[in-house]
Amino acid sequence: MSDSRLTDLTISEARGLLDRREVSSVELTRAALDRIAQVEESVKAFVTVTEDLALQHAEEADRRIAAGDAAPLTGIPMQLKDNMTTTGVATTCSSRMLEGFVPPYDATVTKRLYKQSAVLMGKGNLDEFAMGSSTENSAFFPTHNPWDLDRVPGGSSGGPAASVAAGECFYSLGSDTGGSIRQPASLCGVVGLKPTYGLVSRYGLVAFASSLDQIGPITRDVTDAALVMNAIGGHDPMDSTSLDVEMPDYTASLGKDLSGLRIGVPKEYFVDGMEPSVEQSTRRSIALLEDLGAEVAETSLPHTSYALSVYYILAPSECSANLARYDGVKYGFSDRESESMWDALEQTRGHGFGPEVKRRIMLGTYALSAGYYDAFYLKAQQVRTIIRREFETEFEKFDAIVSATSPTVAFKLGAKTSDPLQMYLSDVLTLPANIAGIPGMSVPAGLSDDGLPIGFQILSKHLGEPTLFRIAHAFEQASGWNGQRPPLYP
Amino acid sequence: MPRITSEEVSHLALLCRIAMTDEDVEVMRDQMSNILENIDVLNQVDTSGVEPTGHSVDLVSVMRDDTVSPSTDRDGVLANAPRREGDFIRVRAVLES
Repeated sequence: MSDSRLTDLTISEARGLLDRREVSSVELTRAALDRIAQVEESVKAFVTVTEDLALQHAEEADRRIAAGDAAPLTGIPMQLKDNMTTTGVATTCSSRMLEGFVPPYDATVTKRLYKQSAVLMGKGNLDEFAMGSSTENSAFFPTHNPWDLDRVPGGSSGGPAASVAAGECFYSLGSDTGGSIRQPASLCGVVGLKPTYGLVSRYGLVAFASSLDQIGPITRDVTDAALVMNAIGGHDPMDSTSLDVEMPDYTASLGKDLSGLRIGVPKEYFVDGMEPSVEQSTRRSIALLEDLGAEVAETSLPHTSYALSVYYILAPSECSANLARYDGVKYGFSDRESESMWDALEQTRGHGFGPEVKRRIMLGTYALSAGYYDAFYLKAQQVRTIIRREFETEFEKFDAIVSATSPTVAFKLGAKTSDPLQMYLSDVLTLPANIAGIPGMSVPAGLSDDGLPIGFQILSKHLGEPTLFRIAHAFEQASGWNGQRPPLYP
Repeated sequence: MPRITSEEVSHLALLCRIAMTDEDVEVMRDQMSNILENIDVLNQVDTSGVEPTGHSVDLVSVMRDDTVSPSTDRDGVLANAPRREGDFIRVRAVLES
């Protein structure tokens, strides 16, 4: 088997090879490193590649496999989005502000993957502090979509989605505040899950908007997403918003049919500006669910169009508070020239943050300031309640709600950078789930006429992940669209 | 007519402690005005009597046993300090002498 094919495997396929001793973790890791050497110059999905550490992890994993002590993710090469802390490995958030920051502690997700002897290949590029929808806001370089290098991978988890699609690692973890796992997964033709708020610990995830942020897997198929969720989910005393609930085995939801499931199709999710190929794919996907035995009905979530405005008040407000910590005193970028404390603070933040981050800090400060609090922040929180209740009512009638993940396929680099609002509209179908705290998954749903991936989004109620896995797996098995790989071979 | 004036933007920049040039302020004024105009649609929603949602799940105060455990490694923390003196982080004077 050639190395390029080895790096196309899913986690479960690679697991089989490792368990049957047909390949070692060191071999898998070397294959992934070779793949990185081959394509990274054009994809640019990694901020940091941890070659030595990866081989060290792989040797540990091989010892564990030899001892008959392998866990589901033992020895499988993975990547972490560069806003999750890793002891001894730089964690930058793709910001000048954190360039050179080496965390003295591991995020809970890092710890849980290490506990299974996962292999860390490196840290994935993102829009600075996870603010953006194209990864062009990275302070270092943009990531390119492996399906078409002139196009964006989506964002903010563009590095994770592109690296999984390009075969540079077997899976990655992203974070999703308004669609930052699902939208890039959609644009790169891979699976992305944003779990229920609180299901995965945020300890060690650099905070953006704390009431919306959630970590989740980006994988090549639905089974792999279940394996990764089994590893990273569950209560953590280090995160006070972590849910103290029993964790199911998500693989138990795979391989079931859809008979008896009720699925709603909200008409508001066919938004103005949706590309015809995306609408066609979505209607075809809905028809497939019906063929698989689900009862499908049109429905309505009338306040959907307000979600974008709610998001662009709440997320910047929380961000303005969270990012107040970057003062150039304790860690990260620091102005060296200024004499006074205030000048140093202003210069540090003026030079350390990029334009989008500054824009959101400013917007949030405005929304929270005296005289505007009721009109903006309080109003947004009230409409948040209405949106949340609307979902609750729908989930009394339906087990899941489906739509496109993104109104468009991957767009050209630079196409939306000059107009922040156009960029924000990329997330119009994903951010309601963050506002309501419910889980959402994006699964590959075919290609456009131009050969670009289209994603299909499945939403369920609070802690409805088993339903998401059941529907997504049946859909994937019937459609076969997850088997597609980008034509990125020299 | 922009929704927000250059003076307001400059004041916000001061509150945020972000240094901005006059040109930065103008660009920010126009972009923020555009975004704020679009956010205005929220005023169409009747929210009278609706409770605000801060978190999508009900949060409860988390209580923990008061047990002794190791904290973050001091050298690891100090290694990231831009200005360090021994086991201390060096800061600029807060109070004028």
